Amino acid sequence: MAVGVLIGNGTLGTVVALAFSGVTAFVSYWKSDAIALRMSRAVPADPVAYKRLHNLVEGLCIAGGLPKPRVYVINDPAPNAFATGRNPRNAAIAVTTGLLDKMNRVELEGVVAHELSHVKNYDILVMTLAVTLVGAVAILTDIALRMMWWNGGRLHRSGDHDDRGNPLAIVGLVLLVVAPLLARAMQAAVSRRRETLADVSAVQLTRYPPGLISALEKLQADSTVTHSASMATAHMWIEQPLSGVNDTGRLGFFHKLFDTHPPLAERIALLREI
Amino acid sequence: MNALWIVLVVVALLAVWVVVSYNRLVGRRNEVDNAWSQIDVQLKRRLDLIPNLVETVKGYASFEKSALEAVIDARAKAMSAAPTPAAQGAADTGLTGALRQLFALSEAYPDLKANTNFLALQEELQNTESRVAYARQFYNDAVERYNNTTQSFPGVIFARSFNFADREYFEAEAAAASVPSVKF
Repeated sequence: MAVGVLIGNGTLGTVVALAFSGVTAFVSYWKSDAIALRMSRAVPADPVAYKRLHNLVEGLCIAGGLPKPRVYVINDPAPNAFATGRNPRNAAIAVTTGLLDKMNRVELEGVVAHELSHVKNYDILVMTLAVTLVGAVAILTDIALRMMWWNGGRLHRSGDHDDRGNPLAIVGLVLLVVAPLLARAMQAAVSRRRETLADVSAVQLTRYPPGLISALEKLQADSTVTHSASMATAHMWIEQPLSGVNDTGRLGFFHKLFDTHPPLAERIALLREI
Repeated sequence: MNALWIVLVVVALLAVWVVVSYNRLVGRRNEVDNAWSQIDVQLKRRLDLIPNLVETVKGYASFEKSALEAVIDARAKAMSAAPTPAAQGAADTGLTGALRQLFALSEAYPDLKANTNFLALQEELQNTESRVAYARQFYNDAVERYNNTTQSFPGVIFARSFNFADREYFEAEAAAASVPSVKF
């Protein structure tokens, strides 16, 4: 996109942008799990040292009729976990060492079930698609904007005093401002709904709501920031990993709009109703 | 001419509908069969572990013969149980009870409790037991989906005419939930 501006050729720029986003989408579909795991510094969990975790995952996979995903551990004292991949056959779940230390068996079971539900409900793919969709919105904005600057490639002739411009350009200007915000809000909304769904499906797997409730309460009480998380991977974790948004108090409208997770208090309250 | 077309389209749509409904039934039924074989895999694994356990415990001469024989008996019964949820469930409940009794008794044998082989077998058996429980849960979920499809419209029409019988749930028996009693 920026390349297009630099070259000063609208068509070439668009082609470059489309090719770039196509490659990005393809790579994110096939390699998103590897990228996410690498970004979080996750290492494969040793089947002997992490026998309890492996056993839990295997058992819950049997209950959900899923193939066993790859299991990873992240060396981070903050309790957190995430799932990634593109389908149940190519999935991975990662948990932090903090989670393993702080949770007892039923709580860990609840958290693992939550992550497996993301795998089973294809949330891992939905999140990848959300990222790709955000990219597409950016391209549309770019094209509309170009029409504003270069008048859609038409030459400006003398006597052509009709300077009201292309109506699409105005749309482009509005999109330029609104689209990234809209895209983020959409990504967050999709993520929040899926979190709630995963909570409910997790309970269907374990048949024991108190396990996940107790785990979420522990996460609520714990204020350690997950250092292995970044803005890009925030929506994947079981608990909002970044500081700056507190889970305890009521969130303002703006925060609510851009949060990738519903507040823990809301999630716990929902589970109590089951 | 027009009327003919309408009739043709309606017939084609009906055919598609029948095929889709029938295929859904087949899919759900296969899911139930698959879930059933998952239970079988775990149960077989469990039965295969028991001879090792018996051999390990036999070495401790003073160990209650009756508890060991109960386990061996229960295993034999489980091996020959008819492949229905009810029969298998009953046999397996007997085996679980006998095993629990044996493990509860082993508390009184410090040598046995220190035997790494025994401890490994105990853990393995407990893991397998919980896997059996998970597999049954999956089976029951599959049966629920299947029965919902065969009993509700439009599945019910095809279920009747193509002979898709309802499946039986796996129900935990009262004995499975009870705590073993130990007398020394």
